[in-house]
Amino acid sequence: MPVNPYLLPSLIVVVLVTVGIGAYGLRFARTTSDFLVASRAISPAWNAAAISGEYLSAASFLGIAGLILRYGVDVLWYPVGFAAGYLALLLFVAAPLRRSGAFTLPDFCQVRLRSPFLRRLATVFVVFIGCLYLVPQLQGAGLTFGTLTGGSYAWGALLVALVVTANVALGGMRAITFVQAFQYWLKLTALAVPVIFLVLQWQADGRPAVTPPTGPTFPAATTVQIRQDATISTAAGTVSVHRGDRLSFAAGDPVPVVSTTEDRRGADWLRPGGDGSLFATYSLILATFLGTMGLPHVLVRFYTNPDGTSARRTTLVVLGLVGLFYLLPTLYGVLGRIYTPQLLMTGRTDAVVLLLPEAILGGGHLGQLLGALVTAGALAAFLSTSSGLLTSVAGVVFTDMMGADRGGSVRDFRIATVLAAVLPTTLALFVSDMDISQVVGLAFAVAASSFCPLLVLGIWWRRLTDVGAAAGVLAGGGAAMAAVLVTVLGPDLPGWTGQAIEQPAAWTVPLAFAVMIAGSLCTGRRVPRDIGATMMRLHAPESLRL
Amino acid sequence: MESPRRTRIVLGEVATRRPAPDRTRAELTAQTAIGEALVKGLVRAQLALALRLALVVVTGLGALPLLFAVAPAVGAVTVLGVNLPWLLLGVLAFPFLVAVGWAYVRWAERNEQDFLSVVRRPGP
Repeated sequence: MPVNPYLLPSLIVVVLVTVGIGAYGLRFARTTSDFLVASRAISPAWNAAAISGEYLSAASFLGIAGLILRYGVDVLWYPVGFAAGYLALLLFVAAPLRRSGAFTLPDFCQVRLRSPFLRRLATVFVVFIGCLYLVPQLQGAGLTFGTLTGGSYAWGALLVALVVTANVALGGMRAITFVQAFQYWLKLTALAVPVIFLVLQWQADGRPAVTPPTGPTFPAATTVQIRQDATISTAAGTVSVHRGDRLSFAAGDPVPVVSTTEDRRGADWLRPGGDGSLFATYSLILATFLGTMGLPHVLVRFYTNPDGTSARRTTLVVLGLVGLFYLLPTLYGVLGRIYTPQLLMTGRTDAVVLLLPEAILGGGHLGQLLGALVTAGALAAFLSTSSGLLTSVAGVVFTDMMGADRGGSVRDFRIATVLAAVLPTTLALFVSDMDISQVVGLAFAVAASSFCPLLVLGIWWRRLTDVGAAAGVLAGGGAAMAAVLVTVLGPDLPGWTGQAIEQPAAWTVPLAFAVMIAGSLCTGRRVPRDIGATMMRLHAPESLRL
Repeated sequence: MESPRRTRIVLGEVATRRPAPDRTRAELTAQTAIGEALVKGLVRAQLALALRLALVVVTGLGALPLLFAVAPAVGAVTVLGVNLPWLLLGVLAFPFLVAVGWAYVRWAERNEQDFLSVVRRPGP
């Protein structure tokens, strides 16, 4: 495959602009507080774009379109849930959290329940969720560079890790805010502009059917390289193929089913409820609706709002911006069904967004330019999400593990950043067979079963105690964490157990709430004595504070 | 224009800093059961609002998988050539969420205004 000549320049531009805005921000970042909370002086519009830019990760930019290409309508719950998470955040958390003055989740534990033990527990979960979320970002980066340039996976992952670490360590959060805001608009443009040309070309091609009655067919002569030993079933019968085999298909040939890759065909793809997956669907809905509020890099942003009212308005703008973005990946997934069905055979469906422009518009200048644009958007997705995650994990390492409470220096924050980057980068280099979207979904499940109950009950229920909260986080979050470890490291489990472990939120979230409430009721005497003042601080408008 | 003076905020301060002494708040929290009741009323109003809107989303979106499972025919309905579930989940869900969010922001701010006007009412 000839390498797209526009690719390298566009990627270099993204990296240079990122580092450039970071360096520009450095001129203003003078004290530790500048690094961590951007001095709380950022307008809602900037802040909302930054939150959205930080939130839309590789899973959103590449993963959703890939999932839709493969599984169809059922996975539309991913984008809906990723957006609805902000509504839950708005309804239950945004303004009170800002008013609490807490900067991180461990801070919130301290403010609300005055418990050092809970604070340490929260720190462990922040680091776990942060790492769980960082590894697939770096892996996605590695795979993208491997797919497009033929370069090695390790270099792509390392490059992104280095750029992100340097940027966070040098500029901190203030710079990051501007970088993230820029990257939201870049990501939106990178999907919105090409899709116009893609849809126009689809019209010009005579609007080929998305689900032809004979199943997906190859739009043009295609050669597919098999990546694993498998059996292939066509109408003619079943054939065994081996790794490295090249199969040629003519235009109009039906796409055979490959035993090693899973996908849905025909009505299963088009209509909901493919294979009795009601439990998995509801589990996913619960995880994404409630998990967003527990993601460390999302919460950290709320401290940069000047007050609770603006935190609420910022969240509303975020909901709009994120919703706007999520209209687009669906179109890529659907068009991919027509124009890049070979991905169903190779299993590399995550690459559909990257490959579609050239597949539809041909290898001319337009196709190459738009191909370079979506790749630049993908790079922005890796950079922004990993920067945000790294900032928040580093912030927690800095304050809670390095004991910076007694006044930390900017140098210490830089050391914390490097420390926080080492583990995920190492993991990303050595564990390359994890699936991006699945791991991201698991991170949501852990967040939804640990921090969501802690925040919601902490904000709205006066009788929450430190013991109850710790028990709930340990039970729900611990169970979700164990399920994640079994899914990622363990064997595939069959039947109901397997489903309950792969999509744990449906039972771990209620478990966390139940244990937290029961535990608090049993230890009613431990309710903090100043609970009245705390509730006042969380809920009363700032204008009351003289 | 001169930028506002920088203040240094270290995270630990959040944990150790005592709430600044201020009169209105002191009256509300320390003084009487009336202040306590006012705050409780505000919290209850905000929670009721949030729960009500959450219920709207749960019935509007959360019931869809069940609906599709119980009545598969709904999944086969097409509008403008697109299957209804694709239209509902791929497009309409997002404006719906934004509309609910917008309503919440409006009403939550109104609750706060009501609270403030009660608190600030001159005493007897």
